[in-house]
Amino acid sequence: MRVIGKARRRVDGRAKVTGRTTFADDIFLPRMLYGKLLRSSLPHARIVAIDTSAAETAPGVKLVLTGAHFPHAYGIMPISQDEHPLCVGKVRHVGDPVAAVIATSEAVAADACALITVQYEALPTIADPEAALANRATRIHDYGEGGNIHRLAHLEFGDVEDAFRQDGVRVFEDVFFYEGSTHLALEQHAAVAALDQDGRLTLWSSTQTPHYVHRELARALDLPAHRIRVVACPNGGAFGGKSDPFNHEMVAAKAALLTGRPVKITLTREEVFYCHRGRHPTLMRLKTGVKPNGTIVGMDLETLLDGGAYGSYGPASTLYTGQLQTVTYHVPRYRFRACRTFTNKPACGPKRGHGTPQPRFAQEVQLDKIAVGLGMDPAELRLAQLAPANSLTANWLRIGTIGLAQCIEAVLEGSGWTQRRGKLGFGRGLGLACSSYLTGAGLPIYWNEMPHSAVQLQLDRSGRVTAFCGATEIGQGSDDVLAAIVAEVLGIEALDVKLVTGDTDLTPVDLGSYSSRVTLMMGNAAIQAAERARALLAAAVAAKIGVPEERLTFAERRVFDVEHPEDGVDFAVAVVLAETKFGTLGTVGSYSPPKSPGKYRGAGVGPSAAYSYSAAVVEVEVDPDTGWIRVPKVWIGHDIGRVLNPVLARGQVEGGVYMGLGEALMEEQVFRRLPHKLSGALVHKIPSMLEYKSPTSLEMPEVVTTFIETNDPNGPFGAKEVGQGPLLPIMPAVANAVFDAVGVRVCEVPITPELVLKGLESKAKRGMGGRGDGETEVRVGPTRFPEVPWPEALVVLPPWEGGDGRAVGQVNKTARART
Amino acid sequence: MTDAPTRRRAAGQDARTRIRLTVNGEEREVLFDGYKTLLEVLREDLGLTGTKHGCELGECGACAVLMDAHPVLACLVLGVECDGAKVTTVEGLGDGPELHPLQAAFADLGASQCGYCTPGILLTAKHLLDTNPNPTRERIAEALSGNLCRCTGYLQIFEAVEAAARAVKTSSREAVKGAAR
Repeated sequence: MRVIGKARRRVDGRAKVTGRTTFADDIFLPRMLYGKLLRSSLPHARIVAIDTSAAETAPGVKLVLTGAHFPHAYGIMPISQDEHPLCVGKVRHVGDPVAAVIATSEAVAADACALITVQYEALPTIADPEAALANRATRIHDYGEGGNIHRLAHLEFGDVEDAFRQDGVRVFEDVFFYEGSTHLALEQHAAVAALDQDGRLTLWSSTQTPHYVHRELARALDLPAHRIRVVACPNGGAFGGKSDPFNHEMVAAKAALLTGRPVKITLTREEVFYCHRGRHPTLMRLKTGVKPNGTIVGMDLETLLDGGAYGSYGPASTLYTGQLQTVTYHVPRYRFRACRTFTNKPACGPKRGHGTPQPRFAQEVQLDKIAVGLGMDPAELRLAQLAPANSLTANWLRIGTIGLAQCIEAVLEGSGWTQRRGKLGFGRGLGLACSSYLTGAGLPIYWNEMPHSAVQLQLDRSGRVTAFCGATEIGQGSDDVLAAIVAEVLGIEALDVKLVTGDTDLTPVDLGSYSSRVTLMMGNAAIQAAERARALLAAAVAAKIGVPEERLTFAERRVFDVEHPEDGVDFAVAVVLAETKFGTLGTVGSYSPPKSPGKYRGAGVGPSAAYSYSAAVVEVEVDPDTGWIRVPKVWIGHDIGRVLNPVLARGQVEGGVYMGLGEALMEEQVFRRLPHKLSGALVHKIPSMLEYKSPTSLEMPEVVTTFIETNDPNGPFGAKEVGQGPLLPIMPAVANAVFDAVGVRVCEVPITPELVLKGLESKAKRGMGGRGDGETEVRVGPTRFPEVPWPEALVVLPPWEGGDGRAVGQVNKTARART
Repeated sequence: MTDAPTRRRAAGQDARTRIRLTVNGEEREVLFDGYKTLLEVLREDLGLTGTKHGCELGECGACAVLMDAHPVLACLVLGVECDGAKVTTVEGLGDGPELHPLQAAFADLGASQCGYCTPGILLTAKHLLDTNPNPTRERIAEALSGNLCRCTGYLQIFEAVEAAARAVKTSSREAVKGAAR
């Protein structure tokens, strides 16, 4: 390996440090107009009338749009197409856009927005899932599972209650709450739309998913997709927050079509908070049954998600709050119930870890509690029951490689776990937690059997190789992975590969930069395309120099005989020989992940070609007087399969740890009601970067990263994901460390000084000095889980109980159909 | 800083302003709407889009530039305040096609992921190294505490600043040696 595994400057590094990377808002086109969206000041209201006449005649205004211009609904998932570019009929949260002004400058457009009068009829507002469940009459949407329930799921993999009743089994039950948080990417979303010289529409946007935006733009504007080009500009951070199609993209596109001029809309930071699509606030009740030696016999999880005002990725998010709970430890029986509700707040969606950090927090904190309750070392409890490699889980996920044991061992050793845990003195502690994440979702957002990623290579007689792929650079380094893989296979340097990415006109489809899918899927497609190109070059060079093809190797920009390295040609000469022999050179490669063994309804969420694994030990210092938590050091082990570029891989881990600490300690996307004499509106607490607290350089601890290379057979050169997994163990590890430090079990995120103090106060009241055990320990956090009208269970037998991956009812149905 | 429409109304709808300033060592005269901030003047009127914006309220640090050798948030400075000023942006950091040691270290050591906070951090770090060629890790973290980065977790940024400090020292030692010869 000459490129793979080497620490290198990323191929787009120079552009980034010189300010040359062109983000969407950096595009300035001749005759460009600017758009502003008028956003609702009410959280839930019928739109009675909109008067745009004053705005239309204001100097500099070129176009005013309302919902009437956009009859077609759209949405990222085919099963929840519940958004309009501008609201039609009603508004569902403060910040929902009702009108747009397109003008000669942003300031003129903003001024004209103020001239639009909207007559609203206020409706009761639903502030949280409990209110959503209680108030069935006031419906935010007229679809879903009744009232304000968007999605319900009830899956049962074996009889959990029966497992809990077994002799000697002790059942631990807790309620947990995980607060919502937002991505807070530094770049505010921006979109530029223009018609090209032939009248076709182009949209440049800060999007993670140009292919999906392409599809939804065609739907919302009722235009043939082949008349639309979507270019994903490099994203200035995304973290899941730019993976939905957004109102401003649709509006800019429509305005370009109607005015014939380029139109730019850049969101303010406040508007970015309204777009949101971040972490779902989630209430969870988790029951785990264990034998006296800590072996898990069954797990029963209920989750209640606050979805906000729209569907977004919600149907998937709902299932993600349970489906991956089985891939770290062997769980023989598992029941999972989930409910996503609509509320009058900005829509939640996918944020780094999509739906899984919340239940993982619950599971990993509860395991710590179980270990304490059974008098065991939390690390030993985990190590004794890791999910086996090459196995199926109770819910029919196929696990391939698993390096979790090595991850745990690395962080135990690094942190001095055995010598230091519980022995650092009151106020200091260590906490351990583990996790896992997908390396790409097994299914696309819309059902189809086409490739998930594709790469085209063009080899020019100059010796230049151009790689075309729809993958989107969001900062994670997808361009670098593409160049590195092509270069490795062809024996050239990463910077020798020219890249064209994220452009629906020029590049073959890649589904987008989400679900940690790009390295594995694009990488495998790139290997296939590059190997096909290598075969052409090898055939031509073999014929020219009279050496059998199998003796040729590609390295150091040459193609040569491995036995006589002096016999060979430069790479550029090899391309000329191949073009002479075969004509113009181009190859393609594509990739689809393996089929999932699960066949039940809901089995589409969770399967992946490979799972990454992480373990983290977090050290904390808790000030018992103020409850303030300081994190001096974090040790993290991550099973990445194979490190492709150590500089970038380490950056992903440290970035994940950083973001995890933000969620663990301070980040909250929260809302409050204005006083009733004002309007009673449910508004974002303070939609600004200053008030949305996130860690700065001063809060960042030392991080010791260990990569475990399990060389996964499904990954390109063995690689698995690293973009999301390393965030996931951080929040529970912090909570477990706080328990080790002061003996307070915090069952809620963020773990604020207030919560810690509350715990310390109740400890003092009870006259407790030590940490207690699983039953007597002091906990802070939610205690009740509301009544949810769960549907009847879909029963699926685990593989070891004779199941075949189908629901039991499903089997009968099939059998009936046959007879 | 108030929002653009309010500033625009305060300045009068059509009040255009002309200033002279030195940008990246080049004298420029620029005519712009009087309500604009330095950030807007740089990006919209001078075509220097290397300077980024993340909030336009002085909260994120993305728009940091050097004004008369001091780091300022360009979103909190009005264009009219810049008459006669010397402004350095990321476009003026390197020497022609040669990267500044900070730029090279950031590119090599993973200090720039999405690259959006990078220009502001580079200029803040340049001011740090200009005034303190030998900063400790703590001093670097303190100097950059007004620049948010959501990608890196800051550690590779700290390392890049340290590497750049070493490179600056080496190259200035070599320059001194060269002059002595």
